[in-house]
Amino acid sequence: MSHDILIKVETLSRVYGSRRAVDDIGFELRRGEVLGFLGPNGAGKSTTMRMITGNLAPSGGRITINGIDLLDRPREAKAQLGFLPEQPPLYREFTVDEYLDYCARLRRIARPRRHAARDSAKQRCGLGQVGERLIGNLSKGYQQRVGIAQAIIHNPAVVVLDEPTVGLDPNQIREIRALIRELGDEHGVILSTHILPEVQATCDRVQIINNGRLVLSDDLDALARHSRSSSLILRLGQRPDAGMLEAVPGVEAVQELDHGRWRIHHAPDESPAAALAERAVQQGWVLLELTPEQRSLEEVFVDITAGDDMAPGTPEAA
Amino acid sequence: MILTIAGRELRSLFLSPLAWAVLAVVQALCAYFFLLYLDLYLQLAPRLAAVVDGPGVTGIVVAPLFSTAAIVLLLVVPLLTMRLVSEERQKQTLPLLLSAPVSMTDIVLGKFVGVFAFVSLMLALIALMPLSLLAGGELDLGLWAAGVLGMVLIVASFCSIGLLMSTLTAQPVVAAIGSFGVLLLLWVLNIAGDSGNELFAYLSLLSHYQPLLRGLVDTADIAYYLIIIVTCLILSVRRLHADRLQP
Repeated sequence: MSHDILIKVETLSRVYGSRRAVDDIGFELRRGEVLGFLGPNGAGKSTTMRMITGNLAPSGGRITINGIDLLDRPREAKAQLGFLPEQPPLYREFTVDEYLDYCARLRRIARPRRHAARDSAKQRCGLGQVGERLIGNLSKGYQQRVGIAQAIIHNPAVVVLDEPTVGLDPNQIREIRALIRELGDEHGVILSTHILPEVQATCDRVQIINNGRLVLSDDLDALARHSRSSSLILRLGQRPDAGMLEAVPGVEAVQELDHGRWRIHHAPDESPAAALAERAVQQGWVLLELTPEQRSLEEVFVDITAGDDMAPGTPEAA
Repeated sequence: MILTIAGRELRSLFLSPLAWAVLAVVQALCAYFFLLYLDLYLQLAPRLAAVVDGPGVTGIVVAPLFSTAAIVLLLVVPLLTMRLVSEERQKQTLPLLLSAPVSMTDIVLGKFVGVFAFVSLMLALIALMPLSLLAGGELDLGLWAAGVLGMVLIVASFCSIGLLMSTLTAQPVVAAIGSFGVLLLLWVLNIAGDSGNELFAYLSLLSHYQPLLRGLVDTADIAYYLIIIVTCLILSVRRLHADRLQP
């Protein structure tokens, strides 16, 4: 069960006028997986999500949800889906309970199970205390939770969340992330964001989309390898000769920083740390610090998405 | 599923002060007109008694009341239908319906049934007014029923036109103004018809309502209203589909 494919997207594309907002995207989502959709503004994240959830007809390609073709049998396919759009679709004049009851009916949950479904969704999203309150009077964080509750009330196979933590305070962000991780245990979750730490905190797999194309699709461990270090920070009590540092086997270049610190560049996976430590002891340089420099996901992201023909700040496609 | 959506629509209406205000104003106006026509009848009654086969209380009170009520509702229904789809667009709540396992037809029918149920409530109150006369006299219930049928049909077509207008825009006010325009145009087309244009006279909403108020139930008139309703609903469904397909 842990490896069945919940979403299969093949050669998906969407054209607005003459602009290709999404261009030939394909990917899969398995049960128990949290997939992070990452990309600059206007990259096509929201467009892709709206197509997966049946809100927007694709110009080409196929979307299969839990083995059901979304375009041929939309009703059955949508029954397997929960969607939280960028702007949570809430009726502000309803109370939380009324709203969730309506969603449960809309999702064709049988009457005897409706009450239990509502209670479990409320409990999972931490809405236990606010059932009687009007949605319009809730804070942004609670509204976002109601939006998530709406997306999971029918226990769908796939939950699609478009920027679920936008506009929340740090505590709320942490709670929502924990909730997403929890959802990822039994459902398949697709999450879009442009906040990189969010991906590191919640996702198993990352897809970077830029300019309508999938430019990277990898699991987070592989991405960590992708971002493996190729430099060391070295701090010495005595100032050595730069030439002597460069002479250490494995060192490619040396750069002097302030306060006796040096940046040592080396080939990936061939850290000269041991050799440097040994040399420092031999020469009496007084070794104070020797740490690998980690490239953050952010740098990888910038590496992949920058230098493209698309300028930042292009308006969001959807 | 249609009823679920209709129930939501109805509930939202009752949660807004607009619906209550509309109910109150329509009821007050129609009650006033009812008394006015009743007064007129009481003045005419002695003379009418002398006329053989002259119009009775139903002809003098009920038909004009229903005719006036239709004009009042023409002004009011666009205010009720304006927010049906446009508000969901404006507040971006449409994805909830679009990602739920319901078809576009379900959505459109649900919204139509919801708003029509609300309007029916007003119709019921208006239709009940003349029945109070049964306490002190006799009514031509056949004529009354034909009038009620006419009112239901004409108001249902108001609702469908308003719904269609609401699917065309994201601004409720624009939808309301659009519906007003179309309804008034269809209403006064018979003025153009009076000057000899048969087609315009035929298209007018009013020219198919009058026979029903006179107690003449013609399938052609009923078909006219049904065609308007069905056409508007189909166009609304197509319009919502077009949202998904936007080029």
